[in-house]
Amino acid sequence: MTSAAPLLAVRELHAWYGESHALHGVDLDVFAGETVTLLGRNGVGKTTTLRAIIGLIRKRTGEIAFDGHDLMRLPLHRTAHAGIGFVPEERGIFSTLTVDENLVLPPVVAAGGMSLEEIFVLFPNLKERRNSPGTKLSGGEQQMLAIARMLRTGVKVLLLDEPTEGLAPVIVQRIGELLAALKQRGMTILLVEQNFRFASRIADRFYLMEHGKVIAGFPVGEIDDRMTQLHEVLGV
Amino acid sequence: MTTILGIPIQAFLGQLLVGLINGSFYAMLSLGLAVIFGLLRVINFAHGAQYMLGAFVGYLLLVHLGIGYWPALILAPLIVGLTGIVIERVALSRLYDVDPLYGLLFTFGLSLVIEGIFRYYFGVSGNPYAVPPLLAGGTNLGFMFLPNYRGWVVIASLILCLGTWFAIEKTKLGSYLRAATENRSLVQAFGVNVPLLLTLTYGLGSALAGIAGILAAPVYQVSPLMGSNLIIVVFAVVVVGGMGSILGAIVTGYMLGLAEGLTKVFYPEASSIVIFVIMAVVLLVWPAGLFGKDA
Repeated sequence: MTSAAPLLAVRELHAWYGESHALHGVDLDVFAGETVTLLGRNGVGKTTTLRAIIGLIRKRTGEIAFDGHDLMRLPLHRTAHAGIGFVPEERGIFSTLTVDENLVLPPVVAAGGMSLEEIFVLFPNLKERRNSPGTKLSGGEQQMLAIARMLRTGVKVLLLDEPTEGLAPVIVQRIGELLAALKQRGMTILLVEQNFRFASRIADRFYLMEHGKVIAGFPVGEIDDRMTQLHEVLGV
Repeated sequence: MTTILGIPIQAFLGQLLVGLINGSFYAMLSLGLAVIFGLLRVINFAHGAQYMLGAFVGYLLLVHLGIGYWPALILAPLIVGLTGIVIERVALSRLYDVDPLYGLLFTFGLSLVIEGIFRYYFGVSGNPYAVPPLLAGGTNLGFMFLPNYRGWVVIASLILCLGTWFAIEKTKLGSYLRAATENRSLVQAFGVNVPLLLTLTYGLGSALAGIAGILAAPVYQVSPLMGSNLIIVVFAVVVVGGMGSILGAIVTGYMLGLAEGLTKVFYPEASSIVIFVIMAVVLLVWPAGLFGKDA
């Protein structure tokens, strides 16, 4: 599955929240078509890594190369146009926008995105509630909406921050199926996930983070051999 | 003579009309303030100066270039909007990352500078601006005499307010504006050019003040102080309606204008403070304003 060059390559990424040094040199690669999961306890810098890649954290140093673009040099509103979609942890559904308006808010950045019809096939609930305010949806539906609105845009990579957080098991399963379907369509996914069982079902590779750094990277096949380390680092 | 609660009905309706006219200006001005505050989080103290600027652009176009009311109705908001765009690009945009107080102080200082310049050249006395011939005269409504121009102000203000409301609530560009009002950086991360959106929004807010100014020119006199006289009341309107609420600003503008007019009928002594009394009461009961969400 690994082609010559990674689609997304992060080197020596440091990031700060004000004075607080949150990332201490993160290195990671994501190849086209892969699903890669960042694992680690709360506060080790997983969300920060995603936010620094998309550019929401501007106080950052290092290298972020994506599909021929140097993301360090792009202003925030140009990053998405390079082909990166972001689904934030808090989902970011807008309460003053209807479901429809939320869905078409992110500009289309490249050809090859799904049409609204295709999206509604994948997410029939959203179609029924097109005219409701976005935040009137259930937590699971809001998560679906947060993912769905990125699929229209034609982005090549999705940065997904804890898509299963706080959701009922049946919804978690639904999201798992959804991500599998996206992968089938060739979407590249960088996932942050606390739910290790969920992540192990859909990820190709893992990076383990601790203290603002990646301390290990391994494919899904090595998971059994690494259980001791995972227990130690994650406390699962 | 017909009376209402002992007040002649002509006097009653006359004051109601004055209230409606004033309310039209309150609504247009507080709408611009609400749009700017909603997205930029800047309390635009220059709004009164921009309103005055709109009136002066109309006046100067007429005096120096012989350009009349109708072209000025387009040109004044355009020119004031463009100056707003320059102000946002050159100065305001550099203040977004610091305490919001800086934006307030900057626009307050700017309004002093603009008003000072106009006072220097034009003094403090008002300059008359004639009602355009098309709207001269009045119409007898049977129960009262309505000057045509005042009727036009009410209609124009309604069109502007509803048009702005529609553009914000029902269009694609409006959905960007609403979303960015909720979460600016996320909308930018989605690939929307939010810095440009902020610039255009400030331009739009300024243009609304400018068009209110040219509409006001034939009603009130064109004077360097016309903005500062009005803007304090308009801030009270925004506070009563709820900071950043578009619909709240519009509805409250008309409501408080009418309340002021009614007070003039029944207890004239209180008419200049009634809006502030209402503001105090509203703040005690609903701290977020009538239409505001809890901040």
